[in-house]
Amino acid sequence: MTALIEIERLTKRFGAFTAVDDVSFSVAKGEVVGFLGPNGAGKSTTMRMLAGFMTPTSGTARICGDDVVDRPVAAKRHLGFLPEGAPTYPEMTVTGFLQFCGRARGFHGGELADRVAKAMALTQLEGVRLQPVETLSKGFKRRVGLAAALLHDPAVLVLDEPTDGLDPNQKHDVRNLILAMAPEKAIVISTHILEEVGAVCSRAVVIARGRVVADETPAQLAARGPSMDAVFRTLTLGKQEAA
Amino acid sequence: MGGAITVFRRELAGYFATPVAYVFIVIFLVMAGALTFTVGNFFARGQADLTPFFTFVPWLFLFLVPALTMRLWAEERRLGTIELLLTLPIAQWQAVLGKFLAAWAFCGIALALTFPLVITVNVLGNPDNGVILTGYLGCMMVAGAFLAVGAAISAMTKNQVIAFVLAVAACFFLTAAGSPVVTEFLSKRIPLLADLARAISITDRLNGFTRGVIAARDFVFFASFMAFFLFANTIAIDQRKAD
Repeated sequence: MTALIEIERLTKRFGAFTAVDDVSFSVAKGEVVGFLGPNGAGKSTTMRMLAGFMTPTSGTARICGDDVVDRPVAAKRHLGFLPEGAPTYPEMTVTGFLQFCGRARGFHGGELADRVAKAMALTQLEGVRLQPVETLSKGFKRRVGLAAALLHDPAVLVLDEPTDGLDPNQKHDVRNLILAMAPEKAIVISTHILEEVGAVCSRAVVIARGRVVADETPAQLAARGPSMDAVFRTLTLGKQEAA
Repeated sequence: MGGAITVFRRELAGYFATPVAYVFIVIFLVMAGALTFTVGNFFARGQADLTPFFTFVPWLFLFLVPALTMRLWAEERRLGTIELLLTLPIAQWQAVLGKFLAAWAFCGIALALTFPLVITVNVLGNPDNGVILTGYLGCMMVAGAFLAVGAAISAMTKNQVIAFVLAVAACFFLTAAGSPVVTEFLSKRIPLLADLARAISITDRLNGFTRGVIAARDFVFFASFMAFFLFANTIAIDQRKAD
C-alpha cells in the first residue's frame, strides 16, 4: 500500500513559538484520517503546510510523491484543499467561482463545464448556481468551498473543518460524500467534533501543542478510557489536569 | 502563463462586478475633463494638442491608482481567499502578474474612455495624432509604474488604509520629484539629490512621451521599474503569505 500523503518531521516556528513540532505521519489510498486537537494545537498550520500555503521551518511533505516545498505546483495538482472557513470571492456567482478554480487547474471548454456540473451535483449546489456567493448561507458557502476542492477529482483531499457551521442534515450529507469517495482517495479532515471521527475516519491522529500524541484507529482511541471525550482530554491536556 | 491569464480574467471581471469600476471611471473622467478645460486652459491656449490633459493624468492617477491597488492583496488576506488562490496549482509570479495586468488593463479602459477629448481636438484643429498616441502610451507607463508600486505595498499589509496611504505617498514622491519646485530647491541646496530626484521622476519621462518622443531609456526605465516592483511583490507574497 503506497502512501499518497507523506509528512516528514514537519516543523513550523513563529518566532519563539513552535506551532507544529516534528509532526510525521502518512496517509495511504483508501484511508480517511481524522486530524484532531484543541484549538491552537497546530491543525490548520499543518494542513496549510501540506497545501503549500505556508513554508515549513524544517521537514517536508510529499503529495503523490511530489514535494510541497521543491515542486509546489506539481504537488498542488494532486490536491483538493478546503481552507479553514471555506473562503470564496464574495462577488462571484457559484458557477463563476467554480469555473475560475477549474480554469486555474487547466480545464476548459466542455470538460470545464462537465467538471463544474459534476462538482455542483455532488455538493447539491445546482439550485444556487447563478447566485453571488456573498448572498448564500454559511452552509452553502462551505459547500461551494467543498465543490472547488472536489472539482478536479484529486487523489488527495485535505479538508479543514469541512462540517463546521453545517446543520445536522448537511453534516450527514458531507460525511456520506466523504465516505463515498474514501476508497479512491487519501483524505485528511480536521475536526474537533469527536463523534465525527467514529462516523467517517479509519484512523485518528491527535495533536496537542504542536506534537502528535496519538495515531491509531478510532476504536483503539475509544478503548483507552471511559469515553472519547475523556480520552481526548487526557491526551491533549496532560494527565494531572484531566483527572 | 495560463495561470496568469485565469487570474487576469477573474480580476478584471471582479472590477465590473462591483461598483469599484464605475466609481473609478466616472470620477477619473469627470476630473480629467474638468481639469483639462478649466485649470489646463484647453481653449485659451489655442493649440490643437492634449498637453493640458496629459499633465494632469499623473496627478489623478496619484490618488486613483492606489485606490485600485490597496485591495489587490490586502483584500485577499482579509477574506482569506489568498489561501485559496495560492493553493491552486499556479505559481506565485503568475498570480502577481495576473492581478497587475488586470489592474493595468482596467486603467487602459479608463484612459480609452477619454476619447471624446481626442475627437474634440480633431474637430477644432489639426493635431498631430501620433503625438497624442505617444502621450497615451506615456500615461499607460505612468499607470503601470504606480500600479506596480501600489501592488507591492498592498502585498506587505492586510490593512487597506495603510496600503492606500503608503501607495499615495510613494506615487507622490515619484511625481513630485521632477516638479520645478522640488528640483530648484534641491539644486540650490543639495545638487547631488537634485540629479537623483530628476532621475526617478516620472513626470520628466512622461513629458518626453507627450512631446511625441519615445526614448529607449524612458522605456527601459518604466519596464525595469515595473519588473522590479512585481518581483518585490512576488517576494513579499512568498514571505508573508499567511500573515
